[in-house]
Amino acid sequence: MQSAEEKGTTNRLRGVLDALLVPVLAIITALIVGGLIIWAVGGNAIAAYKALVQGAFGSPRALSETAVWSTPYIFAGLAVAFAFKGGLFNIGAEGQLALGAVAAALIGYALPVWLGIQLSPFIHIPLAVGMGILAGAIWAAIPGALKAYTGAHEVINTIMMNYIALNITSFLLNGPMKDPDPLNVVARTPPIALSARIPPIFPHLRVHWGFVLALLVAVFVWWILQKTTLGREIRTVGANPDAAKYAGINVKRMIIVTMAISGALAGLAGAIEVTALNYRHELGFSIGYGFDAIAIALLGKSNPFGVVLAAILFGAMRNGATRMQFVTQIPVDIISVIQALILLFVAADAIVRYIYRIRAPQDRVVLTRGWGG
Amino acid sequence: MADNPIVLEAKDITKQFPGVLANDHVNFDLRKGEIHALLGENGAGKTTLMNVLYGLYLPDSGEILVNGAPATIHSSKDSIDLGIGMVHQHFMLIPVFSVAENIMLGDETVKTGLLDRQTVAAKVRELSHNYGLDVDPFAKVGELSVGTQQRVEIIKTLYREAQIIILDEPTAVLTPQEVEGLFRIMRELTRRGVSIIFITHKLKEVLAVADRITVMRAGRVVGSTTPHETDEAKLASMMVGRDVILTVRKAEAKPAAEVLRVEDLHVEDDRGLEAVRGISFDVHAGEILGVAGVQGNGQTELAEALSGLRPLKSGKVMLAGKDVTGRPPRPITEAGLGHIPEDRQRHGLVLSETVADNMVLCSYYLPPFARHAIVQPAAVDENARKLIEEYDVRTPSPYVPAGKLSGGNQQKVIVARELSRPVKLLLASQPTRGLDVGSIEYIHKEIVAMRDRGVGVLLISAELDEILSLADRIAVMYRGQIMQIMNARETNKEVLGLLMAGVKEPASAA
Amino acid sequence: MDWRRFTIIALVIAIMIGTVVSIGLSQNPPLVIIVSMLATTIAVATPLTLGALSGIYCERAGVVNIGIEGMMLAGAFFGWLGAIYMNTVFHFPAMPSLLAGVIAAILTGAVFSLLHAVLSITFKVDQIIGGTVINILAAGITGFLNRQMFFGAGSVFGGQVPHSPGVLPSIHVPILSSIPVFGRMFEQQPITVAAIILVFVTHLVLFYTRWGLRTRAVGEHPRAADTVGINVIRMRYMNVIIGGCMAGLAGGYLTLESISSFEPLMSNGRGFIALAAMIFGNWTPFGAWAAALVFGAAQAMQINLQFFRALIPPQLAALQNSYVVGLSPYLLTMIILTGVIGRTTPPAADGKPYEK
Repeated sequence: MQSAEEKGTTNRLRGVLDALLVPVLAIITALIVGGLIIWAVGGNAIAAYKALVQGAFGSPRALSETAVWSTPYIFAGLAVAFAFKGGLFNIGAEGQLALGAVAAALIGYALPVWLGIQLSPFIHIPLAVGMGILAGAIWAAIPGALKAYTGAHEVINTIMMNYIALNITSFLLNGPMKDPDPLNVVARTPPIALSARIPPIFPHLRVHWGFVLALLVAVFVWWILQKTTLGREIRTVGANPDAAKYAGINVKRMIIVTMAISGALAGLAGAIEVTALNYRHELGFSIGYGFDAIAIALLGKSNPFGVVLAAILFGAMRNGATRMQFVTQIPVDIISVIQALILLFVAADAIVRYIYRIRAPQDRVVLTRGWGG
Repeated sequence: MADNPIVLEAKDITKQFPGVLANDHVNFDLRKGEIHALLGENGAGKTTLMNVLYGLYLPDSGEILVNGAPATIHSSKDSIDLGIGMVHQHFMLIPVFSVAENIMLGDETVKTGLLDRQTVAAKVRELSHNYGLDVDPFAKVGELSVGTQQRVEIIKTLYREAQIIILDEPTAVLTPQEVEGLFRIMRELTRRGVSIIFITHKLKEVLAVADRITVMRAGRVVGSTTPHETDEAKLASMMVGRDVILTVRKAEAKPAAEVLRVEDLHVEDDRGLEAVRGISFDVHAGEILGVAGVQGNGQTELAEALSGLRPLKSGKVMLAGKDVTGRPPRPITEAGLGHIPEDRQRHGLVLSETVADNMVLCSYYLPPFARHAIVQPAAVDENARKLIEEYDVRTPSPYVPAGKLSGGNQQKVIVARELSRPVKLLLASQPTRGLDVGSIEYIHKEIVAMRDRGVGVLLISAELDEILSLADRIAVMYRGQIMQIMNARETNKEVLGLLMAGVKEPASAA
Repeated sequence: MDWRRFTIIALVIAIMIGTVVSIGLSQNPPLVIIVSMLATTIAVATPLTLGALSGIYCERAGVVNIGIEGMMLAGAFFGWLGAIYMNTVFHFPAMPSLLAGVIAAILTGAVFSLLHAVLSITFKVDQIIGGTVINILAAGITGFLNRQMFFGAGSVFGGQVPHSPGVLPSIHVPILSSIPVFGRMFEQQPITVAAIILVFVTHLVLFYTRWGLRTRAVGEHPRAADTVGINVIRMRYMNVIIGGCMAGLAGGYLTLESISSFEPLMSNGRGFIALAAMIFGNWTPFGAWAAALVFGAAQAMQINLQFFRALIPPQLAALQNSYVVGLSPYLLTMIILTGVIGRTTPPAADGKPYEK
């Protein structure tokens, strides 16, 4: 990556193609295996995939919905990828996202009431979104600090924090933050104020400015990682923490900072869902984002632009699946299986390389450094 | 001895690794009851040949004969069955197991489905009695000294009734006196009919103990001889392929102001045991203070504490007049420390990052390499090209990952980086471990040049010869303490050896 | 595993039982509550105990397994599916159907662990990523098949959840179960009993047999094991698969012994908590069991507090809230991992692929 200025344009193009080759083959292989599964349970795979593509890209509305689905995937995928760069595995995007949503919703509906004034959207939206970012950052910084100061492995701790976040959210949405509307029977917050709502880009389509923000954030994350000393420090800690310490980097602080930024991105995902799409937080809307985000980060090889492509793919599949189920009666859950298979073939790229006879494995990702207990 | 039957013969062994021809048509034989030394530099292909004989690698071509019959060795199990035992350079012992468990592993005695530790222990006691190898079968291996662990390894081969024992660099971790003890054991084993292959790169040891000597260089056997027909200089030039100057040329030291002062330093190791127990010394500009000692006597912890990688328990460290006691690495580096770390792949380099980035590992945040927290690739590039040229780093480009370089060139990247900064004290920990003679000569020359430019050097090395040829003053460490600091010209290997074993000279003990 | 640690565990369990006893005192005699708490603790600790044993086999051989959660979930689904299939489609009686379910659960665990072994041992994929793949795959497959088989039109069961064969009946341990009052503790269902037996068996295997010695050698220093002729790859494969069987059986507990239905994602973090129990138990079977019992007691407390809900005094109102009490296992896990209760040492080669 650093050698970019060294190489000619041809080389650079070739590098990009090489990097894309294995993920693309992994996707193709997963789709073939997924097709076999559909066939095995008595479905028509071709018809199903056709409906899937139509549902995802077949009309402006479909495209808009794909962008809507992709938005949280981009943020959450960037969150996991960012942590990967620092040698950390954030399985807790789910919980960070949920708390980010709760915090944004709270500021969204309650702040004007507390202050007793109408807020300008230029103040209210940043406040609500910022609170979501902060909530996610804090929630992720806790396992980061535990890792830095006690060596407790972040994988188990971020999962535990997911369950704790789920309990807290359930408690809040069933109790103090429950929508007081007498007709309401579900666990959800009241709607946020109009001044906290991010508008859609086009009238009559749901695609909103949050999608554009996601693309900008991807560029920003790339810039941080590649062009700043902070990014260099994070990458050094990720590649070799002992050498990072030798280089004078405060490794403990860097672990916490990395987790906090990762959590901030996940919290942003939740905040945007609330402020730009649902206009409230409802229990259960975020189930599964955390694991999907891991798959997206791995498929995108932790590269911010790769993450964007992977997130759009996942968003398209989730979006198209509804039409697929409607047309062919294949349950949308098949998408989870296909995504798991994509992840399987990306993680074990040796399998893909073996099937398609591609040589030269790259440097392996190493996260497992024992439990540090 | 020359009439004894050949028990092991390797014919035309060739083994290719990606980018390296590790063994190129190698021929080697071993007679019953002899000690046959295999001499060569790091990377000459000795260990590859032994791993082929021991079944850890399959040769690409060639043949192995054991007692005259062709043998197929596909795994270490095959070679054990053929009566071959190996004592590896890095011991193949499990620290949390007892001696008996380590010895029986893979060849367990089982009674009614359960391990029979008592029978094994009895057999271990018998073997240790017969060969004079004293060990307690129920001791935990991790708690034994290195010398004792080596005895466990030898018993392990005898337990499997090995008739051929391969010793891979067995003296690297021993004191001169322990080396003598090992030689006695080796002679006792050959007297009882065991044949030994003795792998080493130390010329004196070869001349002291071997019956025959085979020299390897760059994957090929370059010659065979006996101790009577050769001497150190001849062996050295066979080993390296040119005449080698065995001593480093250096002028008289001109010590100036003090750059490092250490007072009553105490440091704990990873297990929380005190590894450095009350050390005081100083280093002056323009001199080399050598710290000698057998590995594991607190040198690693001392170096890590001085460079800020490890917290200190108590004591005081002054670097170039600044109190850096208990500071993290960055302020210590900024106060003027250059550090060639002991484990270059762990601390010294980020192997997946480029050579250029590794060359600014400690200074990436300073101008000109970064401005306003933004990295400046042009400055990093310029720095890398300059250092690669100046320090003769062999790399296809500054943008190759450091992990792709050879060990010697990796070390040169570190040396270039640390010496090109304005340092006042150079802390060099085992700076030439595992390097080829060419790189060793180069690094020695650079260290002396630094001294002559007025830098204080603290050289920590387990190689006594290195200390003797470079240091102006020598401190000997034993069990976390400095036994004595003396002038390099007023001491010799025997005195140092005794100190390294914890024995004080009668004069100073009185 | 030191006595200090066991003492702390006993103390924590005693406090939790004590809390329930003090609240329920006015309704039931203390002894009855204690025995009931202990019986529930032992039962609900079962999937954690088995999950921890699963982790011990894998990690003692040097393979980190965070896929236990997924293996448990898959075991729960396919065990339940197996039992229902036998019962509904082949018209077997309930008991043989349930036993077939148990076998299906174990085999499911074995198949998923084989995948983990292929990924982490043969293809040397980072073991935490490999385990995550298992977790995501298990969630995807069970979610899809659950919908497809039971709710999809034209599926085997005609689009409706079939009648379940129930749960495995309790075994009355001879003599012990006839002790007055305390006998209740010895009336347990078969997978719970099997888990306890497996704790003892695993201890024996690990520390007193050739298999155990070699397993531990492979997890501590695989190269040393290789040089004395032990097949490192084979030992790792076998232990990961044995571990997978345990995780599958733990899943079987969820749908064949605890309740007789399957819910998507019903393993609910137990696989991860089991890993914490394994770590707290210092990778030993008895230690891990003791730690699993702490989590069991926390859950038993939650269940019993629901029962005594009306009796909770106002100053302990927090205990009335099921969300607050429900946090305890997760918080406990995090506290344990910080090492404040004492540090433990994993096998030296844990998580490192073996490169010959």
